[in-house]
Amino acid sequence: MKRVLTALVFFAGLLAIWQVLYSLKLWSPVLVPAPIDVARYLRDAALDGSLGSSCVVTMKRLLVGYLIGLVAGIPIGMATARLRALRDTVGVLALGLQGLPSVCWVPLALLWFGQNERAMLFVVIMGTLWSVILATETGVKNVNPIYVRAALTMGSKRLHTLTKVILPASLPFIVSGMKQGWAFAWRSLMAAEIYVTILTGFGLGHLLHYGRELNAMEQVIGVMLVIVAIGVAADKILFSPWENFLHRRWGTSG
Amino acid sequence: MTLQQELVPTAPAKLAVEDVSKTFRTGKRVVHALDHVSLQVSEGEFVCLVGPSGCGKSTLLNIIAGLEQPDGGRILADGSPVTSPGRDRMVMFQEHALFPWLDVMGNLMFSLRLKPNLKDSERREVAMYYLHLVGLERFKHANIHELSGGMKQRIALARALAPNPKVLLMDEPFAALDALTREQLYGDIQRIWQERKKTIVFVTHNVREAACLGDRVVLFSPNPGRVQEEFRVDLPRPRDINSPELAAHSMKIMSALKGHLNPTEELAE
Repeated sequence: MKRVLTALVFFAGLLAIWQVLYSLKLWSPVLVPAPIDVARYLRDAALDGSLGSSCVVTMKRLLVGYLIGLVAGIPIGMATARLRALRDTVGVLALGLQGLPSVCWVPLALLWFGQNERAMLFVVIMGTLWSVILATETGVKNVNPIYVRAALTMGSKRLHTLTKVILPASLPFIVSGMKQGWAFAWRSLMAAEIYVTILTGFGLGHLLHYGRELNAMEQVIGVMLVIVAIGVAADKILFSPWENFLHRRWGTSG
Repeated sequence: MTLQQELVPTAPAKLAVEDVSKTFRTGKRVVHALDHVSLQVSEGEFVCLVGPSGCGKSTLLNIIAGLEQPDGGRILADGSPVTSPGRDRMVMFQEHALFPWLDVMGNLMFSLRLKPNLKDSERREVAMYYLHLVGLERFKHANIHELSGGMKQRIALARALAPNPKVLLMDEPFAALDALTREQLYGDIQRIWQERKKTIVFVTHNVREAACLGDRVVLFSPNPGRVQEEFRVDLPRPRDINSPELAAHSMKIMSALKGHLNPTEELAE
């Protein structure tokens, strides 16, 4: 309760500073709108449905692409960790491409697929995949071999060992890879949506871009707030349960 | 199979180690971990393998477990050759090897779920039976990292016993524990061995521990790994590690061992 209160006071303070700066009229209200203007924009955009539909478009791209990246990346990472030939080929490729800022995939995706969902999906998958592959590979390579030996004596074999021992044993690494993949995917998707009009659906980035075009600062700030909120929510909904599990079982801090 | 049948101790197995050899290559060095080793273990016998590090005693245990293959010779368990790991021969490692992603109950259920012909509710009852046997049923929902070193090894013991194996293979399971905890576990393992009637092969470098636990102590010598000498320990059970009779036995083994020890290697008494 005390922590909630501290947070509330902090954010109320930020809001108050913002209001004071606005009232002092140091800058043009076009550049620094009042908090109430931003709130009004958010309310109107929520009521006319433009904000909601943009959120849906963006989240759909993000979640579908992210899921595909995970479902492909985890098995590939396990395979590269276990098979030397794959590690020397796919593993090296993953290492190289993970170093490539994922927004760099945008031009290629647009040329290949056009200004549509497939291009966006591709960008998100590229953002997710390599991080997940590398983290899974590291995780699997770090599994204490004694777990596998113990499982073998209990009658565990091949696929059972892989899914019931090696996969959960590498979970701490996989979860951190999942977080990194999410961050890369989220950033590159926003960049793509801001700079390119995707004809098949207007996302949050698009809304942000049009805020600039229209010189509507309350829209720019409003959409930025929504993007921040989605980031926080993703962390709480997607990753906190995993991290709590790791913390409880492994006894790790953080 | 009913629960009652499941909990009845299985007949312990007879083990035969026949002319087993194993060589390791590390770079240019060739280590003869085991050199034509033969050994008989009778049903329900508690045998301790003792020797300095590098004498191949752990390697032999792994070969009996089926986790490693010998270069020559073979292992027979109740007359049939051992080629792979099996639930009839469970292993307890020096590191507890408990799975940190599962709680205590989950660890026991892991081995029991791999055993067919049981309902999950029966498996849970079997798990509780063994948790009770090691005195930790209150900790069934505990996470592994919350347990002390001695408790972890008790849970590891329960997990190894849960599939009702004929043979229990123990690889220095108490080496990392403090003296007091170790003494408690000596009592427990003797009690459980008598109650559950297992054949136990116990690897240790601690001579007194071997004399305390074993019906027979087999002394290994290193480079190449061979059986040097065997000692029968005919003391009544439960044995106290601090008793003078036991000390006399361990002195005898110790002096035999020292003949084969080079000065750089250390041995715990």
